[in-house]
Amino acid sequence: MDRDDVVSWQRRTHDVDAFDSLHPSDTEEAHVLAVDDSLVDRKVIERLLRISSFRVTTVESGSRALQFLGLDEDKSSGHFDESSALREIPVVIMSSEKVLARIDRCLEEGAEEFIVKPVKLSDVKRLKAYMRRDSRESNKSETGNRANANRKLREEEEEEEDNNYDESDLSASSPSPPACSVSSSPPSTSSSCSSFPSSAAALAAMDERRL
Amino acid sequence: MRASLEGEKQQTDQSMDGGLMQMQRRLAEYRNALFKEGILDSQYLQLQELQDESNPDFVVEVVSLFFTDSEKLLNDLSRDLAQQNVDFKRVDAHVHQLKGSSSSIGAEKVKNACIVFRNFCQEKNIPGCLRCLQQIKQEFLLVKSKLETLFKLEQQVVAAGGSIPTVQQPIL
Repeated sequence: MDRDDVVSWQRRTHDVDAFDSLHPSDTEEAHVLAVDDSLVDRKVIERLLRISSFRVTTVESGSRALQFLGLDEDKSSGHFDESSALREIPVVIMSSEKVLARIDRCLEEGAEEFIVKPVKLSDVKRLKAYMRRDSRESNKSETGNRANANRKLREEEEEEEDNNYDESDLSASSPSPPACSVSSSPPSTSSSCSSFPSSAAALAAMDERRL
Repeated sequence: MRASLEGEKQQTDQSMDGGLMQMQRRLAEYRNALFKEGILDSQYLQLQELQDESNPDFVVEVVSLFFTDSEKLLNDLSRDLAQQNVDFKRVDAHVHQLKGSSSSIGAEKVKNACIVFRNFCQEKNIPGCLRCLQQIKQEFLLVKSKLETLFKLEQQVVAAGGSIPTVQQPIL
């Protein structure tokens, strides 16, 4: 992420109240935008993130998230600026649905990771490690902490996407109903995976067991 | 609730240490039973880990949110299923929400009942859905009553000068 882009992005959106808190000099803490339509889940994820030393903003929908980021379609000319620095923001999807086809699609569309709900502290800790590694890599090409401080990780409720696309868009076969057994979704399986390729493999194993 | 707390406190003052220990033991037994019976799962323990001096009421706050949220969802579901032409997408969306929030607080039986419900929903089986809804309501009322009792027991311990252990592994 080019430092100038970050500065110009901040200037462009400076009039938006939401961004006043994103001053690079204020804090080294990363700022996470958490999107979830469930009030209960918003409260939990907010706490999970805060206790892990993230700054958090929670919103209830995708459109609110876009508003927060200054990407209101009303304000823009009707289409998004493809070259925006906002493209650099890593997106993590969280969902209670372990549909492999959907997970694959999220990752293909550019999500960094897919977390199976309920989200645990270990999931958030893993993200922290991932972000630190990521920002270290970007710091190699840029000096200063600005990139680090402005790095935002956006977690998006996968259900938001559900509202926007058809099941028929997925090339894979339609998802089968979840198993009824109590052990169908042991959170420990997914949270112990450190990188998403292995978590995809673990989830595939779970699906196979169900068949 | 305040009146009964005062009553309990008087009882404690009379036999301080023994009373407190007894209360803490009762609390621990009650908690363990909830895990053993599958009413709560490990996610509830995760919530407790998020509670500390800076957020001393976190668990009660989240659970209270869950209660009001769920009551609304259950009403919505009753209404959805009473329609002449049932909108199953809508029903499914509501159950999905309930499944999600119950899973987030560790209300295992409610979550499992939601999973069964969704199967009937997918089959567009209205009688099945109605039966499931009854089941979910029952499980919800159960976990609500159990958690309210648990919180009361915790309050008594704290009022008697004791502390609630932050994380207690259930003895299964």
